[in-house]
Amino acid sequence: MAYTVPKLKDFSPAALDGAVAELLSALEEESAQPGNADARKAFRDRWLARKDGILTQINELWLKAAPKDAKRDVGQRVNKLKAEVEQKVEAALEKKPAASADTSLDISLPGIRRPIGAEHPIIRTMNEIVGVFKNLGYSVAEGPVIETDYYNFEALNFPPNHPARDTQDTLFLANQETKPRREQLLLRTHTSPVQIRTMEKMRPPVRIVIPGKVHRNDPPDASHSPMFHQVEGLAVDTNITFGDLKGTLDHAMKALFGSSAKTAFRPSFFPFTEPSAEMYVSCFICGGSGKRGSDPCRPCKQTGWIEILGCGMVDPNVFEFVKHNGYDPEKVSGFAFGMGIDRIAMLKYGLDDLQLFFQGDVRFLEQFG
Amino acid sequence: MKLSAQWIREFVDVPVDNGRLAEDLTSIGIAVEGISGEGANTVFEMEIGTNRPDAMNHYGVAREAAAFYGIALKPIETSGAKAPRESESGNAALKRSSTQNPAAEAGSHSGSRSGTAGAAPSRSTSSAGSGFAIVIDDKDGCARYTAQIVRGVKIANSPEHLASRLALVDQRAINNAADASNYTLWEMGHPTHAFDLDLLQGGKIVVRRARDGETLKTLDGVDRKLSSEDLIIADANRPVALAGVMGGFDTMITDKTKNILIESAWFDPVAVRKTAKRHGLHTDASHRFERGADYGATSLACALVSQRIMESGGGELEGSQIDAVAREIDQAPVVLRISQVHRMLGSKLETHQILAILKRLGFELVPEPGAQPEFSVQIPSWRLDIEREIDLIEEVARLHGYNNFANTLPSFSGGVVENPETAKAAKARSTLLALGYNEAVSLSFVSNEDAETFSSTPVVELANPLSEEASLMRGSLLPGMLEMVAFNLNRGTDYVRLFEMGDIYEGSGFGTAEHARICFAATASALNRDMPQGGVLDKSKGEAGLDLFRSIKGDVERVLDAFEHNTLQYDDKSSEYYEPGRSARVLVNGAPLAQFGLLHPQVVTRRKLRQDVYVAEINAEELYKHSLRLIRYEPLPKYPGVERDFSFLFPDKVTFDQIEKAVQGLVITELRSFGPVEIFRGGSVLAGSYSILLRAKFQSHDRTLREDEVNDWTARIVSEMQKLGGTQRA
Repeated sequence: MAYTVPKLKDFSPAALDGAVAELLSALEEESAQPGNADARKAFRDRWLARKDGILTQINELWLKAAPKDAKRDVGQRVNKLKAEVEQKVEAALEKKPAASADTSLDISLPGIRRPIGAEHPIIRTMNEIVGVFKNLGYSVAEGPVIETDYYNFEALNFPPNHPARDTQDTLFLANQETKPRREQLLLRTHTSPVQIRTMEKMRPPVRIVIPGKVHRNDPPDASHSPMFHQVEGLAVDTNITFGDLKGTLDHAMKALFGSSAKTAFRPSFFPFTEPSAEMYVSCFICGGSGKRGSDPCRPCKQTGWIEILGCGMVDPNVFEFVKHNGYDPEKVSGFAFGMGIDRIAMLKYGLDDLQLFFQGDVRFLEQFG
Repeated sequence: MKLSAQWIREFVDVPVDNGRLAEDLTSIGIAVEGISGEGANTVFEMEIGTNRPDAMNHYGVAREAAAFYGIALKPIETSGAKAPRESESGNAALKRSSTQNPAAEAGSHSGSRSGTAGAAPSRSTSSAGSGFAIVIDDKDGCARYTAQIVRGVKIANSPEHLASRLALVDQRAINNAADASNYTLWEMGHPTHAFDLDLLQGGKIVVRRARDGETLKTLDGVDRKLSSEDLIIADANRPVALAGVMGGFDTMITDKTKNILIESAWFDPVAVRKTAKRHGLHTDASHRFERGADYGATSLACALVSQRIMESGGGELEGSQIDAVAREIDQAPVVLRISQVHRMLGSKLETHQILAILKRLGFELVPEPGAQPEFSVQIPSWRLDIEREIDLIEEVARLHGYNNFANTLPSFSGGVVENPETAKAAKARSTLLALGYNEAVSLSFVSNEDAETFSSTPVVELANPLSEEASLMRGSLLPGMLEMVAFNLNRGTDYVRLFEMGDIYEGSGFGTAEHARICFAATASALNRDMPQGGVLDKSKGEAGLDLFRSIKGDVERVLDAFEHNTLQYDDKSSEYYEPGRSARVLVNGAPLAQFGLLHPQVVTRRKLRQDVYVAEINAEELYKHSLRLIRYEPLPKYPGVERDFSFLFPDKVTFDQIEKAVQGLVITELRSFGPVEIFRGGSVLAGSYSILLRAKFQSHDRTLREDEVNDWTARIVSEMQKLGGTQRA
């Protein structure tokens, strides 16, 4: 039989002692009982609820009902009792309820996962890289995928009939034969045309980062795709040096791959930069050791270095094409760089097949959620 | 390209081991990508940039090593006869061990020949004592043609040491004459060719453009029709070689050959490239001529080849070299300002360091008068890539070592330009991600069939597509999307939600245009799985289509609602590839912005999609013209709201849009929301009508609502419903 607060007739100290003892013993008994969350809430409400909790009832049935001469004594006792009850109830609630097979849940069951979409690993990587340069004060520039020969080659110092054009297997648009060569349309083979387009629109200084899609006539296989992504950068001002190029890219790599990342540069050739360089970053898979545990590190071919981008000082011949807009190669200098995002994402996430990026396989994409 | 480490070391006493040599070469841009073999058989896998044909051979790499280590480059020994002018003084020079660059020595004599070329402006003819004539008809295409006749040769296999060296760099030995030419190419880089002299008709060689109708069977056995643009070598009667690309079949060296004519010429890069491209040929010779061969090396190469032929095949030289010079290759001196070196590289290299680097590379520097240090720099004949001051600055940086320059950060002026579309696209993207769509990227190409089905605009066609199925640029994101959905369904993944944001391509007359689009798709399985229980409206049995449609519609609305726009309007004019009656078009201010719905069953069948697929296409370009919705706070209600439900039977023709508009027409400001809760068809509901449970919520900002006013509004709503033909149910 559950405890109920008795109406008191006898307000003598002895009777009050008895009533208090009875109440506390009931509390003790109920505190000891195990309970799930619902039971615990009920227990708390029964004792402490403002509306009709046992403490409230004490107020009503004991204090308010007490004759005038006993009020002071009853008041003190009730106050003391209230404090004690509150403290004991809270203490009881703080105690871990004893586990009980019939009321507790199997917390090992899997959680309900509401579906969330995953960013595409290439777009995610591209955004990360663009973000680094935005933080350095670069503006984002974009340009068309279908370009003219002029922007994709000529103004980037690829003369007509130059073998350097062979290094970029170009996809051309049909029915262009009647146009002058520089107006013939093709799918841009790199994001570099946006350098020219930006310099035509903006006088120096300029510093831009250019994310985008590019295409080449490469049949798809594990490491090739006719479509891929690049991020390009360009900085032109009156004072830009080769050391600035190196310092900027070194900083960017540390921002992307952690402060222990190291960079190394070696000479290369691109028609639109001179001096030109390839940049290597210490392998972000093995940390530059060339080993993963006792196994050889495959991504860096055990060298500890990964070739990550091409860069260089803007070739004066490129500036000649936009000289009218303030780009006198005797007065300004600049650097440019470009990197393939797909390959970086492949290395970063350990893919061995580039095609996975373009199949839309949900089992693959969900891993990037 | 493979090179033998030992062969390189023949010309320079490299003070380090092969591994270190490879690293050092790589550090100056003569990249060794891999090392294989050991000891004498060590092979470097090289990657030489298109601008450095001079380093695409053993001697050229040795020259770079000598420059890097600051040590002497040995001359190539030759006992062979030289062109008459060289034989007077040049031979001796070539043998001087202190001569770092024998080819340069040969080249340095070119100045004395300018008179010859000048005397024969249109046509250059030379002949030796034998009476054999070299005629350069096309001096643009051929600047110099050096030849040597060797008589009495026995064609045989090459000696073992020569054949095994060629094998080391992946070259197949053929016979001693062909191998001598090939060996020389790999040794010092100059391409040469050996003709069977007795098969050349008329006692002369003519370098000219082909005539229309002429043909040539090349060494590979292919009969080629020549064009008037092809630069060829001819004898008195017919073409005998594609100049700088490949020799002719009918004049090649065979077992029967006794007498040989060695060709060592300088052909124009563009002429060779065009000829090679036209015939789809790419040979070791064309690769080098296209990139610029050493004008000064023809005589040396010719001498080396004849010497090697005679070493293994005997015979003797007939007279000396015939050296026809049509024009000089002009390598004007380049001015180098030390101030420019500092401006570009940002490093205070001392002038003497700069000079030392350039001298080691074979440049000759003469100080120019003036306040600032300046030099006139003479370019060695093998460096056709050096034409400008910046080219010299690169040489300085390269040899100094890129990694020896300090990393600095530039101080910038100017501000940042924000692209407003970036934030809009980012918002649309994050919304779709939150709605559970996985981001996908598909290729840009589509087939003709897909373009016809899914594109309404003129297509963009590729001239050289990867395949027939990828011959057009996409005019819609949908074909790629459906391919990806099918890919998943075919692999047992039924729950598919994908989106792609990207450009589509439109042909417009002579030009093209690119438009931003958003496309997303969900399979019926995915929509069903993610359907919130309270979201199901349709309680009719066996009819889930309504709520699946509403599900994709809601996703479209989520994306659009991020942007400021007037009320969206919907109509049924979706494209043909949607199922009529289960798809819709969204318009803003009368302009279409999106379409969505169930894919047409025909498309589902043709694509072999294994279940219903709902898709949506948003014209992102139009969407981004709207600004992002400005978010403003609305005070939260302080007073309780009151809900009222209404159950009506309506004829099928009455749409919810009509019901909603009728209620809105009442202008009850306290009406906070009004919408359907359940819809039911069939069962006790007569065909041609449906039952709908509607719920209205009233709430005021400034008071608790009274029973009588709510009753009044309710009655007015009921009355409107009845006007629409609705019958209230109990």
